[in-house]
Amino acid sequence: MLRVAALMLLAALPARALDAPRAPLDDPFRTGMLGYHQIAILGDPERIAFDPRVVVDAPAYAEDSLHVPVMIDASAIPGVRRIVAFVDYGPIPRILEFRPGAAEARLSFRFKIDQSTPIRAAVQTADGSWLLGGAKIDAAGGGCTTPAAAYASDDWEARLGAVRARVWPQTGRVRLRVDHPMDTGLADGIPVFIIQRLALSDAQGGELAALDLYEPVEEDPAFSFDFAQGVLTGPLTLAGRDNNGNAIAATIPVGGLTQ
Amino acid sequence: MTLSRRAVLGGAGALALASRVHAAPRHQYELRPVEVADGLWMVEGRREYFTRENGGAIVNVAFARTDVGAVVFDTGSTRRFGEALREAVTAAAPTGIAAVINTHHHPDHFFGNQVFADRPLRALGATRALAAEHGAGYADNLYGLLGDWMRGTDPVPPAETLEGGDFAIGGRAFRALPLAGHTEADLAILDLRTGTLIAGDLAFLDRAPTTPSADLPAWRASIDALEALGAGGVMPGHGPFDRTGAALAQTRAYLDWLERTLRDAAEQGLDFVEALRLPLPPEFAAMGAQPNEFERSVAHLFPSYEMAALPRVD
Repeated sequence: MLRVAALMLLAALPARALDAPRAPLDDPFRTGMLGYHQIAILGDPERIAFDPRVVVDAPAYAEDSLHVPVMIDASAIPGVRRIVAFVDYGPIPRILEFRPGAAEARLSFRFKIDQSTPIRAAVQTADGSWLLGGAKIDAAGGGCTTPAAAYASDDWEARLGAVRARVWPQTGRVRLRVDHPMDTGLADGIPVFIIQRLALSDAQGGELAALDLYEPVEEDPAFSFDFAQGVLTGPLTLAGRDNNGNAIAATIPVGGLTQ
Repeated sequence: MTLSRRAVLGGAGALALASRVHAAPRHQYELRPVEVADGLWMVEGRREYFTRENGGAIVNVAFARTDVGAVVFDTGSTRRFGEALREAVTAAAPTGIAAVINTHHHPDHFFGNQVFADRPLRALGATRALAAEHGAGYADNLYGLLGDWMRGTDPVPPAETLEGGDFAIGGRAFRALPLAGHTEADLAILDLRTGTLIAGDLAFLDRAPTTPSADLPAWRASIDALEALGAGGVMPGHGPFDRTGAALAQTRAYLDWLERTLRDAAEQGLDFVEALRLPLPPEFAAMGAQPNEFERSVAHLFPSYEMAALPRVD
């Protein structure tokens, strides 16, 4: 009976396999995984291509598997709508989605790596097409299955959601860091506990930039954003929430902090 | 534990025999001890990071002749290195081996210990604990980095505690200096017969200092203490033997530059990746293992400077 049901299900599926996208690409990293992620993460777009203007900068070797730094820079591409970061190999490939809005199309963050893998940035432009870049990171790994360091301290609950941030008005740089365990759910007996959304707004409540975060983002995540001259005119508001409903809220003054 | 180790060693022995037939030249260390002072030999490592080409022979080790056998200072990165070292020591100082002293708990300094496990293995108390705590993790990492060079290597932490102060073995007097900064516990040894300092990894020369366990202010204080000894010769943990004082001075200059550069980078709002890509001054770029070692140091040190540069706002 089960077998019959399985066969019927198979017959109902289109002929295309899960790793045969509509727009196959000649992948320089040749991982055998890109087609699968094109479908599962990007929704199998028809218009997608590698583009050297999608710059992904990361160390060639991950010294610390729990905090691997990455900078994605697509600022040479006009009209960037969103940037999706993901890895080819890892138990949870999708890392984050960045919607730059009023920010430049450039983001720095850190993530937990589980094994050697390329990290990819997929950039969607205003016309809906996707542009790809990537970098290979070698790693001893294990970053996704290690309990958060927070649990080694007694005060992690008191620090939950604490925000550190600073604006450098001369360069338009905004850096922020939120205390959170960012549990992947893969460490023994510890369920998923992650920040799902962070957004920066101006003093009038207009959204400037937004992030959707997934399990691989590092514990106590830190980010760098860049804004063009004239965008940051008053204090910024950071708002967000985690998957347990905890709110994250802070006001980041512009200027007056640097001295 | 005894059973499994015997099984590992037995298996490794059989494999080593086979490799002698098929691939003898590939995984062999050629150690050339140089007598740097009266009855004190140094084996210089390559000024590199661990690779499958160098087999982890990247560390300096030493041995001193005494009336009751040689005292060996550090044992290298692998069992095979330990075996080659034991042969070299026996050839240069045929009276046997009196004791082994490990300067600190990093794997390139104690993973040859198992070859000397029939002799007293000594280190600072904290080093013994750290070697026991981290040995297995280091071994996993080095198997990945060195491959077959690591075959049969089993971390054997030093078993006896060496206290600070003067001690003598076979009529040769030494001074044990318990310091810190490169790691939580760094032992430097002054050979009182020749006035030569075995600095361990508190001193590097023409090879970039490593910082995975570093405390920079403590390290600087240790360098001050070692310079005050006025030793006639200094054997750094990595790099050539030094008769001019360059090793301690260069190590301090690099640590000062590293701290200033990373603190300034965080204060200026640079992100981690931007700090990784900062240019090195020529004198530090020319060191062995650069720029990789600088990149590793950014990973070790930048997060704390970043924290200091970001005020709490919620």
